[in-house]
Amino acid sequence: MIKNISNLGDAALYCDFGNEVNKSINSQVIKYFRNIKEKKFEGINNLTPSYNKLIISYDLKKTNFKEVKNYVENINAKDSKDISSKKLEIPVCFHENFSMDIKRLEEILKLSREKILENFLNKEYFCYMTGFIAGMPFLGDLDENMRAQRLETPRVKVPKGSVALTEQFANIYTFESPGGWNILGNTPLDVFDSSKEDKPNLINPGDIVVFKEITLDQYKNYNE
Amino acid sequence: MSSNYLEIIRPGINTTFQDKGRDHLYHIGIPFSGAMDNRNYLIANKLVNNNLDSAVIEFAYQGPHIKYSGEKINFAVTGDVIFSIKKKDTEIEGNCYQSYQVEDGDEINIVSTNKSVYGYLAFGGEFDLKFQWNSCSINTKANIGSNDGKKLDVGQKVNLKKINSNKDIKKTNYINTKIENIRVIKGTNFDYFSEEGKKIFYEKEFTVSKLSDRMGMRLEGPKIDNIVNTNIKSEGLIKGVIQVPADGNPIIMLSDHGTIGGYPKIGVVASVDYDRLVQMSPGSKIKFKEINLSDAETLFKLYEMETQNLLSQI
Repeated sequence: MIKNISNLGDAALYCDFGNEVNKSINSQVIKYFRNIKEKKFEGINNLTPSYNKLIISYDLKKTNFKEVKNYVENINAKDSKDISSKKLEIPVCFHENFSMDIKRLEEILKLSREKILENFLNKEYFCYMTGFIAGMPFLGDLDENMRAQRLETPRVKVPKGSVALTEQFANIYTFESPGGWNILGNTPLDVFDSSKEDKPNLINPGDIVVFKEITLDQYKNYNE
Repeated sequence: MSSNYLEIIRPGINTTFQDKGRDHLYHIGIPFSGAMDNRNYLIANKLVNNNLDSAVIEFAYQGPHIKYSGEKINFAVTGDVIFSIKKKDTEIEGNCYQSYQVEDGDEINIVSTNKSVYGYLAFGGEFDLKFQWNSCSINTKANIGSNDGKKLDVGQKVNLKKINSNKDIKKTNYINTKIENIRVIKGTNFDYFSEEGKKIFYEKEFTVSKLSDRMGMRLEGPKIDNIVNTNIKSEGLIKGVIQVPADGNPIIMLSDHGTIGGYPKIGVVASVDYDRLVQMSPGSKIKFKEINLSDAETLFKLYEMETQNLLSQI
């Protein structure tokens, strides 16, 4: 449930669901997000769900904080269906061309490459949110022994498709972008496709993701 | 090939098509985009008898040099911009906030913006552009929008699929006022900063850094000290949010911002001051002034009324 609603500037509502990061709080955020999105309240122009916050932006020419707050406070999220969990398999190649930070991860985690990959593959991930760059999924949770801080100096260019780790999360760089996550592998899948306006994101909040290892040959032939 | 087109002789530094922007996409990671200085965008369209949500050419610092081919068309430039119009046997200096007519072979040379960042070039007609999510606005980071999401390039041709039949020449007197203080509303992590840091934020001057673009404006100045945590759990951002990362230098989110961020939010720029904020060029001094939500709402209403009033007089 929403613990507190405040304003973020003069054109957004900041709905706080707590400070912890877990599936149950995040599922609440996603429920509210879907409920508000479906009802299309006049003036609301964007919704940003994240681990434990929901930011609702609005057009100040059409509505204001008081109106949107009143609307959100009267939503009965119990009305909304339980969030669906589409399950997706994402192919990843861990060839040394792609796993740029494997040495660093071996040192930080004090685990061998084989063990890191085994831990990484042997798990179902929950998509908490998408964003930062278009379509980037924030997937969790990695086991305690797989958690590393981000790079001290972020890379100027992280290649498209990079599968990377930071703290309890994994993500996928949907296009080339600057970034500071630890790169483990690369997927040949288009996780974001702007030509599909209805469904540009392959992975959406609430989805379940598993990773499957592929060889370099399979990677190269994937899109043929 | 369309018979009416622009040829880009020199594209300028960051020249893109922009319109009102695209909404309802933050949750998948796509920002609003759209014209940075909304008021100047609207005025540009009104001066050439366009619908107010039509696409215009936005440029930063140095603008494009364009050769026009086709039947007569009106154009107008808004902002604080130095430009010239070259006709068969003359070259005249152009004035912002009035429309001109060009014909086949004429050239428009946008030399530069003057102590500001963005300017707008509108043509009285409709460009032939690809729309994505109801907007042709170019987002060069995600390669979304018209022109394959890329800046305009040298030698390229841009077709016009329609030219307005209304070719009335229009003019307005508008002066882009400079602003001394940028008004802000306290951010959701305001209490992450030391008492000294909060004082610095509201009392000291910051300088706009060269590392500023459509995504964000970086500021340099006295460091703002964080006493709680230099990271927060990543959460949504909106334009105008002022984040302070570990190095203590504020970054203001602008129209092409990342949709999620993990740095504490010390403040948010009031909507009323956004158009003027984006026009502050590198080296400009910024001072923040705190206002409350209800004042921010009232000030925006007045600003919006003023905009509508300006438009109705054109």
